Amino acid sequence: MSGLRIRKGKALSQHPAIELIGIDKSFGAVHANKNINLSVAKGTIHGIIGENGAGKSTLMSILYGFYQADRGEIRVDGQSVAIKDSQAAIGHGIGMVHQHFMLVENFSVLENIMLGAEGGQLLAKGRSGARAELKRLEDEYGLEVDPDAIIEDLPVGTQQRVEILKALYRGADILILDEPTGVLTPAEADHLFKVLKVLRDQGKTVILITHKLREIMAITDDVSVMRRGEMVATRKTAETTVEELAELMVGRRVLLRVEKGEPKVGKVLLSVRNLTVKDSRGVVMVDDVSFDVREGEIVGIAGVAGNGQSELLEAIAGIRKPASGEIQLDGKPIADADPARLRELGLAHIPEDRHHMGLVLKFEEYENAVLGYHRDKRYGSGALLDLNAIRADAAEKIEKYDIRPPNPRLKTANFSGGNQQKIVVAREIERDPKALIIGQPTRGVDIGAIEFIHRRIVEMRDAGKAILLVSVELDEIRSLSDRILVMFAGKVVGEKGADASEQTLGLMMAGIAA
Amino acid sequence: MDLFDIIVSILGSTIRLSIPLLFTALAGLFTERAGVFDIGLEGKMLAAAFASACVAYVTGNAWLGLLGGIGVSILFSLIHGFASITNRGNQIVSGVALNFIAAGLTIVLGQAWFGQGGRTPQLPASGRFSPIILPGADAMRDVPVIGPIYANVISGNNILTYLAFLAVPLSWWVLYRTRFGLRLRAVGENPGAVDTAGISVTWLRYRAVIVAGFLCGFSGAYLSIAQSAAFIKDMSAGKGYIALAALIFAKWKPVPVMFACLLFGFLDAFANFMQGKAVPGIGEVPVQIFQALPYILTCVLLAGFIGIAHPPKAGGVPYTKER
Ligand SMILES: Nc1ncnc2c1ncn2[C@@H]1O[C@H](COP(=O)(O)OP(=O)(O)O)[C@@H](O)[C@H]1O
Ligand SMILES: [Mg+2]
Repeated sequence: MSGLRIRKGKALSQHPAIELIGIDKSFGAVHANKNINLSVAKGTIHGIIGENGAGKSTLMSILYGFYQADRGEIRVDGQSVAIKDSQAAIGHGIGMVHQHFMLVENFSVLENIMLGAEGGQLLAKGRSGARAELKRLEDEYGLEVDPDAIIEDLPVGTQQRVEILKALYRGADILILDEPTGVLTPAEADHLFKVLKVLRDQGKTVILITHKLREIMAITDDVSVMRRGEMVATRKTAETTVEELAELMVGRRVLLRVEKGEPKVGKVLLSVRNLTVKDSRGVVMVDDVSFDVREGEIVGIAGVAGNGQSELLEAIAGIRKPASGEIQLDGKPIADADPARLRELGLAHIPEDRHHMGLVLKFEEYENAVLGYHRDKRYGSGALLDLNAIRADAAEKIEKYDIRPPNPRLKTANFSGGNQQKIVVAREIERDPKALIIGQPTRGVDIGAIEFIHRRIVEMRDAGKAILLVSVELDEIRSLSDRILVMFAGKVVGEKGADASEQTLGLMMAGIAA
Repeated sequence: MDLFDIIVSILGSTIRLSIPLLFTALAGLFTERAGVFDIGLEGKMLAAAFASACVAYVTGNAWLGLLGGIGVSILFSLIHGFASITNRGNQIVSGVALNFIAAGLTIVLGQAWFGQGGRTPQLPASGRFSPIILPGADAMRDVPVIGPIYANVISGNNILTYLAFLAVPLSWWVLYRTRFGLRLRAVGENPGAVDTAGISVTWLRYRAVIVAGFLCGFSGAYLSIAQSAAFIKDMSAGKGYIALAALIFAKWKPVPVMFACLLFGFLDAFANFMQGKAVPGIGEVPVQIFQALPYILTCVLLAGFIGIAHPPKAGGVPYTKER
């Protein structure tokens, strides 16, 4: 296939840019899209909002030819089209920036842009043309990027820019962005929104998927709401409110704020001094960090993903050995302790990534419910486990945490993200630890479960536990924390109270202010 | 023999012993860079050696023999592709199965057709690739130093040897200068990127395994109709695995692959040379020690001496969109 294609000059017709009619899609037993209808007007920014797992990515991936719908029709500019693969979608002027970037990390920017649109059998032929076209696009949309930089060396915000350029390079008139702001600082998100507005003003159509209500209100012209695989409503953004959208998303009224009283702070429980941590390549990820967490307070760590928060958590949790520095729990040094010892000492850990660290997805629920605490005398003696005791214990937690479906014998992979997270939270909290370190407690969790998990965390704090919370969701940090530390490039660049404004924190997260 | 003659003779056999490794490692380079593990290189080589010998014996034509080897090797590749690309099976299991099939089938068929215990009959001269004497080799022989090297190391090899060395820059060029190469490297790192760019992951990976089959055809033919004059059972003798080690050692790059193969070839040649000879100061050392050297070196090198070898990221993982 050749590189740049020039489509027939299209007289601005009155047809919508995209119409989806009766789209239906199942993944095995999961009915991800149920008879979806959607119409997107030309030259608008159309938001699609819904909780995690509502089916937004699936729907747009069908439009982009990544998945095939089981049933339904797609119309582009009024014409019914068959989109059997991404090549067909590209041919119809559709481009997509996926939630997980589709970039080859050890390729240069230019190679990534050219991939699939090389302009001939030999690379040399297309390269200079691609370079010139890239330059033109950069200038036109304010999307600067060094064409010779290697993707893995670029910050995520820039990688996203490459994804957008990739779509534009292929001549996209309709640009789909799937949760584009999840990886961006507030300032980067603002820049992205400016770019999207420029695109719209030049006549392009933008479809923006997000689960953040604020973004919908800030930038879209229309908004469609998805819930559990269904399209429940479409509104003009100007004619709706955050409250209405939230209720449509969840199907009931929700509390968007966390209610909590003043903290009753006690002695220092968790103390970190001059901690330096390197990653497996030897790069310093946490750079001389010091802080304390006291009884009865939640200390939040804000920052854009990849600024050392993960490594900090891992070092405290005993998973990664610090290069230097000290960590103390209730006065005892713990920098050398392994996770089992830390649990004994009363440090619980809710890891950032429940799939890789928190759970064994192929285990049944009750097995995960004691994972890491299986040596406890309550669960058996010697080499044997007392399965009855473990299952009874699991059933109790299921009841208390409203984990659904309430079946300890179900394979963990078959629970939804929110319920999986509750399994982890229940396991760690119910052991009554002294201190709790938490990473991304509500990533990929539905609003109902978010509410529940947030309440539990606040209860733990009120019970006098020391809590360290890491999250890339600034809203979450702001609503839960009593004190906020901001991490940038491995350093704690500043501390603010719970009342710090989003702008202030955003600037600190970008390394601009301290 | 003085030292210089010894060196020339070891270098000569280094070249000869490296060639099958080189073709095979380049074959693995193409599949693995495309994200398909290829433990079945050994089997492909063995099957190709057998097929080449059979065809060359029946037709009396070495080129047809080579073609037969390539054909069978590509067939094996396609089976691997069908199992691991189309049906998303485990790539290691599929490769190991092919190795077993090749080992068994060559003996069974060889015995059934020729009745010589798995050997094929001795090939006529026309059924073999014979050494090519480069112009001036004899005249140069008496020139000091470069003369013997030219005559005994550079000249006097068969055509496949020269093709193997030609295949190195060619592979490099294909991988880094063509559209196919760009896509191939991309699919081994992130098949999702290739798919969303509108390129078929399946077809691309099939093309990669076909290229590997093609190259393994050469290494098999080299074993049975260039280096030897018949197929002998199990004649690949683990070279497929050594080639794989060379590939990892070379971090999946064509030119380093050549040097890695030459190194392993040299160790092999050295082991042969030391057979029955006394080591100064130690006395005679069991030849097994030298024969084990390439394998020991492989372990040592892979255990960390080459730094971390980053394999293609998507290697070994079948591409699925639906969980
Ligand atoms: N490739 C897949 N294979 C199997 N199930 C999937 C796949 N992609 C999504 N799902 C399931 O389909 C549902 C909708 O997912 P998705 O479209 O990603 O939701 P959203 O983007 O709104 O968060 C979820 O239950 C999810 O687990
Ligand atoms: Mg999604």
